[in-house]
Amino acid sequence: MSENKPQISDVKSLVAKVAETNDFNYLLEHVPYARFIGMEVNRFGDELVFRLPAKDDNIGNPVLPALHGGVIAGFMEMSAIIQLMVFMQTSKVPKVVDFSIDYLRAGYHKDSFAECYITRQGRRVANVHINCWQTNRKQLIATARAHFLID
Amino acid sequence: MKTNPEFFPMTGLATRFVNQLAQCRRLGLQVHEASEHHVLLELPYNEALIGYPDTGVLHGGVITTLMDTASGCAVVCAIKQKFASLEISPTLDLRVDYMKPAQPHKPIFGFAECYRLSSSVAFTRGFAYQDSIDDPIAHAVGSFMRISPEMIGDAFRQALMGDEQ
Repeated sequence: MSENKPQISDVKSLVAKVAETNDFNYLLEHVPYARFIGMEVNRFGDELVFRLPAKDDNIGNPVLPALHGGVIAGFMEMSAIIQLMVFMQTSKVPKVVDFSIDYLRAGYHKDSFAECYITRQGRRVANVHINCWQTNRKQLIATARAHFLID
Repeated sequence: MKTNPEFFPMTGLATRFVNQLAQCRRLGLQVHEASEHHVLLELPYNEALIGYPDTGVLHGGVITTLMDTASGCAVVCAIKQKFASLEISPTLDLRVDYMKPAQPHKPIFGFAECYRLSSSVAFTRGFAYQDSIDDPIAHAVGSFMRISPEMIGDAFRQALMGDEQ
């Protein structure tokens, strides 16, 4: 990747701008890993729904084929980070402290979606739950919880 | 980093396994060592994987992918040794605790061991580190489900066996 993206210098003003224009993908464009796996985000009212379009490079199991479990985890972790930045107006990118994922079904080679719930927001640490599904929101392919340091 | 693939005879199998996974090829994951007890992988630093643009630190998801791959690969090797069977075991759950951020512009090593293998489940633990395994970036614990060897498919089995058939 050689394209030059503007650096994040002031995260807070970037987040404020993004919330104003509703262009959350602008935020994702600043994070190389988000572009690497090709994730997107859409806002529906007060909800953010994250999307990971099917991409050959994200495959782990070539037999099914299925997405690499690590890519699903990275997608969910990045979703939680964006959710925290947008709803908590953080001045820095939240740092992951721990991340625990349960895989419930194979993640097939098709679009995946994620939504996040901020379970608890303390002064320094936030707890976030993340659900990930493909064809049906009620049939999750993975669920995860994570702690992030914020300030 | 000194490694000795001759001393760890499952390095070939582990290398073929990791190279079969498209995401791992994109990440440039390399196998340094593999035995029935452990697997050691290297993830080269790559600016495309940055998660914190202000510092250049890699995204946590990359470490999760590294540790999921190392752990899953350790399970493949353990099953091959104990049951003389080639199986790919899907991850049931994986937990990664981050001790400190990885330093930019340096490779990250992923070490995993399968410390218990039962008839239906395999348990793994491991570390991600840079300078020393005693000073880890992250600690990972996982469990994997054993599935029927038929699920692996002929093409994948051949790719894993390489010249060893």
